[in-house]
Amino acid sequence: MSRNTLILYIIILAASILGPILLPAYTQQMAILWVMILMASTWDILGGQMGYNSLGNITFFGVGMYLSAIIQISMFYDVGEYTSAFGAIKPEFTDSQYFTGFFLGIIGAGLGSMILSLLLGFIVFGLRGPYFAIGTLGVAITAGQITGTIDYIGGGSGISMPFFPGDIYFRSIFFYILCFLLAASVHLILRWLYSTQFGLAINAIRDDEDKAEAMGIPTLRYKQFGWAIAAFFMGCIGAVFGNMVGFIEPIEVAFPTPTFGIFMVAMALLGGKGTLWGPVIGAVLFHLVKETTWTYLLGWQYVALGLIIILNIVFFQQGIMGWLQTKFPEKFGIFIDDKTHEESRVAMDDK
Amino acid sequence: MGNPIINVENVSKSYGGVKANMNISMKVEAGSITGIIGPNGCGKTTLFNSIVGYHAIDSGSIKFDNQEISKLWVGDIARLGLLRTFQQTRIYNKMNCVDNMQISISHRKGSASKMFASRKGEIKDRAEHLLEFVGLYSKRNLISGDLSFGQQKLLEFAMALMNEPKVLLLDEPTAGINPTLINGLIDRLRKANEELGITLCVIEHNMRVIMNLASDIYCLSNGKMLASGKPSELQNDERVIDAYLGGH
Repeated sequence: MSRNTLILYIIILAASILGPILLPAYTQQMAILWVMILMASTWDILGGQMGYNSLGNITFFGVGMYLSAIIQISMFYDVGEYTSAFGAIKPEFTDSQYFTGFFLGIIGAGLGSMILSLLLGFIVFGLRGPYFAIGTLGVAITAGQITGTIDYIGGGSGISMPFFPGDIYFRSIFFYILCFLLAASVHLILRWLYSTQFGLAINAIRDDEDKAEAMGIPTLRYKQFGWAIAAFFMGCIGAVFGNMVGFIEPIEVAFPTPTFGIFMVAMALLGGKGTLWGPVIGAVLFHLVKETTWTYLLGWQYVALGLIIILNIVFFQQGIMGWLQTKFPEKFGIFIDDKTHEESRVAMDDK
Repeated sequence: MGNPIINVENVSKSYGGVKANMNISMKVEAGSITGIIGPNGCGKTTLFNSIVGYHAIDSGSIKFDNQEISKLWVGDIARLGLLRTFQQTRIYNKMNCVDNMQISISHRKGSASKMFASRKGEIKDRAEHLLEFVGLYSKRNLISGDLSFGQQKLLEFAMALMNEPKVLLLDEPTAGINPTLINGLIDRLRKANEELGITLCVIEHNMRVIMNLASDIYCLSNGKMLASGKPSELQNDERVIDAYLGGH
């Protein structure tokens, strides 16, 4: 890790700690920013690095949310009774019940989503290009619709999540820290993954999958692993988000395909897909613009967001990081080196 | 015959009504350089595609190292150590040359831990060494898609060497490369064969190149095997001369 990168990380860490202290009213907004950074970064594993534009990653968000709800409730109550509209029982959770359930819920949500992604992978990875995009979009919409029909988990009227034991201030800090930790882990794990052979393999699949196949790269294994990572963290963040919001239902909260499902793609494209930092930068900008327009241009916010997406797609396809790379190739290690192999090896030894 | 590493017997392949290959039989000796020639559209590339498993063959048998491979998938055949390059050069064009090389390592021992191997150390060193071998060392940090066509061809060749295959099928390695570079490429092909011990099977239109390089040559015409033998025999074969210059 270079010195500049280290300084950058320290600045980000400091801002993440100071943020909720200096601006406590915005703690939940900042937590949602971490959620969006996580979404854009995990979308980019397939969408940017591997060239498989999934419009269905939001599936794992919703599946994780519902899985954690089921785990959290079923540990202490019957889920069917809990969700019944007539209020058959009045559930209460002690502190330790709440936190154990929540913790296990996050883990279960991640693992469950990951297993689902592996199974789905056998089907959807037979599709390529636009067909993959449409296929995965279908998966997300179907998941939302099916969830709405299952009365056991509340159907279309949703589930009220267990009540957080603690005051409002502690609650927002607690969820902020969780979102931050998850997003930061995703970033660091991806940073490492992209530096290994795995990163090259999924780039190779993006550039020419047939060639990769012909060179003996076990492509399906890489594709499934890439999606499984995304699914695991989308599941975890779904679990956290569900509890943070406090009430979950299939269409708007758990499987919000037209909002978060599309936002994560738009953020990665804005920041520059196929780069580690692009989705992060994109998410920050996008969230700022989104919240500003929500506040000052209410009623026009979707017009403003749509405009940004259109301008981005038509005039600025490479995104911010991609643009920087064409502008300053040397900074990204793209240069002609006139030294011979022997000379550079000697220079290395001298250091 | 000695020890054929590739043994193609009576292979036929048709696309709808077009019979691209009819009862083709050929052998590639281990350690040799074998050439395949023939006019455009005579079925050379189809034969290559059949061997590496790009499509199912209609009938016949293809053996690699005494193992039947005509029913295997492309990736499985590649992992056995039988590799091909493409006529329309195919590289990973948004990655730099070193990355192109590093991902081309052999996946024969498909252990899962290799998926997350570091990119520094031995692999990188070998990648740079081979890039130097084909004369692309100074361009190693450039995005490969920005290289000239000839350079991309050299890169593709180097990527194939990185994989350490037992047999390498080359589809027109000198097409589109300037004449001075061709000599260098022939040199490197021969070195790869002699020093690295890679068996080569080469499709080539440039007669000067193939006659110099190959020890055995097969000539296809209209999907059929027209003639085979040593370069000197084929050069004087009336049928071969007819096929190239005549009005097929």
